Amino acid sequence: MSLSNRHLLGLEGVPKEDIQLILDTATTFREVLERPIKKVPTLQGKTIVNLFYENSTRTRISFELAQKRLSADTVNFSTSTSSTKKGETFKDTVRNIEAMKVDMIVVRHESAGVPKYLTKISNANIVNAGDGLHEHPTQGLLDMYSIREKTGTLEGLRVCIVGDVGHSRVALSNIFGLITMGAKVSVCGPSTMMPMGIENFGVKIYNNIDKAIAENDVLNVLRIQLERKAGQTIPSTREYHNYFGITSERIEKNNKNILILHPGPINRGVEITSEVADGPYQVILDQVTNGVAVRMAVLYLLGTMH
Amino acid sequence: MQIVLKGTTLLDPQQKLNHKADLLIVDGIINKVGNLSKDDYRHSTVYEFEDKYCAPGFFDMHVHLREPGREDKETILTGSNAAAAGGFTGIACMPNTNPAIESAETVRFIKEKSAPHLVEVFPIGAATHERKGEALSPMNELFEAGAVAFSDDGTAIKTASILRLCMEYAKMFDAPIIEHCEDPSMADGSMNEGFTSTTLGMLAIPSIAEDLIVMRDIMVAEYIKGKVHIAHISTKNAVELVRQAKKKGINITAEAAPHHFTLTEEAVREYDTNFKMNPPLRTKEDVDAIIEGLKDGTIDCIATDHAPHSSEEKEMEFIYAPNGIIGLETALGLAITELVEKKHLSLNQLIEKFAINPRKILNIPVPQIKEGEEANLTIFDPKEKWSVDVSKFKSKSKNSPFDKMELTGKASAVVNRGKLYFEDKFVNI
Repeated sequence: MSLSNRHLLGLEGVPKEDIQLILDTATTFREVLERPIKKVPTLQGKTIVNLFYENSTRTRISFELAQKRLSADTVNFSTSTSSTKKGETFKDTVRNIEAMKVDMIVVRHESAGVPKYLTKISNANIVNAGDGLHEHPTQGLLDMYSIREKTGTLEGLRVCIVGDVGHSRVALSNIFGLITMGAKVSVCGPSTMMPMGIENFGVKIYNNIDKAIAENDVLNVLRIQLERKAGQTIPSTREYHNYFGITSERIEKNNKNILILHPGPINRGVEITSEVADGPYQVILDQVTNGVAVRMAVLYLLGTMH
Repeated sequence: MQIVLKGTTLLDPQQKLNHKADLLIVDGIINKVGNLSKDDYRHSTVYEFEDKYCAPGFFDMHVHLREPGREDKETILTGSNAAAAGGFTGIACMPNTNPAIESAETVRFIKEKSAPHLVEVFPIGAATHERKGEALSPMNELFEAGAVAFSDDGTAIKTASILRLCMEYAKMFDAPIIEHCEDPSMADGSMNEGFTSTTLGMLAIPSIAEDLIVMRDIMVAEYIKGKVHIAHISTKNAVELVRQAKKKGINITAEAAPHHFTLTEEAVREYDTNFKMNPPLRTKEDVDAIIEGLKDGTIDCIATDHAPHSSEEKEMEFIYAPNGIIGLETALGLAITELVEKKHLSLNQLIEKFAINPRKILNIPVPQIKEGEEANLTIFDPKEKWSVDVSKFKSKSKNSPFDKMELTGKASAVVNRGKLYFEDKFVNI
């Protein structure tokens, strides 16, 4: 079995079989992570560059760990876009890295479309680690993995994505992936946070969080990213919390069987209370562990393609 | 020197010409139309243009020449060469150069630099000082030096009050204010807003950012009886607003760029920065409305918004890449392919949009094809099939989304200022 595309640019258009394969492969690697020696020789001799043009701690560490556990050689190139804008162009940077003979590039960038652009200027396998407001496919995969781990299936499951959908690449990858896997996807948040035409994906829109909790099996709670120009879309974090925050009271009143996911980092007391973030309904730290396994699966499947 | 243009069909809706006739041109002046003698042929260089049309020289009223300031992207010379290759004998150039076109010196510099060339260049002056929208530019001085219109192109004139003053002032010499219609408070994005931008994860510009300023400009023009020209109209609503304004008798004109009647926002899916321009590519509905507007005369003319950018600048991450594409060498082919071949426009209408209306808007005399007149002509073949090859472009920049596209319709030659451009060469006639 192998994937149908040698890059992972997003989950839009990725066939069900591919997602299935990645999730199943991740299950194997998840076991590896429980062993005393958490390393396999699968990608020995492969060189992977983590090209991060945007600040990221957890995604980069997760990728790096996944690479090390697969025995790949990894290099990190982290920079802020503002510094490169002044000097070397993105294309030149990539050409230079390419000249050092790398097999795979994991890229995060503020501009949507950069991973796709990379496929045109590089021969390496490209993995999107987040591009603009577009996609963050490994996050979508690890979310699906974490849901499936708890529920056994994604088919027919009702999943609601809560928060700033318009400024979230996590939302889009979740929507594409979950719909492909047969889940019923909805979104919930203030109408100013809903991007234009979102309903065309076939997702239901909630403006009432109680209703969203009551009518869904899973909530994927997005971080309210105030640094991402989203500040203007809500009056205050207090008002957001009062009307859309996930609290124990709301869960207990509406749906005690709900499963809570959060891609992190958490704004405690804004989109979710500490009580919920640390409580019995959530799998937030499982997501982090699963993230390493899912990224190992993606890197392994791409790195061993012929 | 004398030449004969042989076999062409003369086409000019203004003069009601539509018949085959050879032209004798002596020292750049049309000497005879038809009825040429054997001697005429014998003493002339004869150019065969069988099955081709000869119309008044085409005019592009929206070109960015980049000189002075960014001669690495385009110069007055290379831009004029591109214009000639695309079938134009005259162009108007936008003032967003460095320095901006806001002094008589800069206007004269451009006019003098372009004087020896076949293609006439008419500068458009900045409407406000440094195009900042705060104080009037010296419009009268610019006009006297040869500016034909005023614009802060790249942006709309910042406030309604300054716009009103600009329009009032320009009324004194009957020059239009050319507006790039966009409300900057809504325009922080890289493509058209809609489901496609949502799918592509891009901050986007809503169509109403354009509509709002078109509406503002119409109201100001109506209120003070001013003259406004809407540059690169791109939305369905804006076309309708202009249509209604014209019905009310408001002094308004509009142009559309070839990419806005050819491409939709779907083209952005590959994140190729050659599809990034402002106004952005819109929806199919908008494209249909532009075509309808061209058909019914709401949109007066076709103008390219020729915007050269170096490949270093364009080959960038999508959100950082500059807006704009070049258009001089593909405009006619696109217009014939998309509008004439698809029966939206007749050839006569095409000539109105390319040769007659832009000059009328700018109060520039329209060339006449008759004896005693200076020969200012575009000879074109509406049936010639060709493949776009940006590497052969005369423009210094290559930022065109139309590379490799198969088009129908091409300019064969242009004549103006005692020169002929034919088969890649300029010849003094």
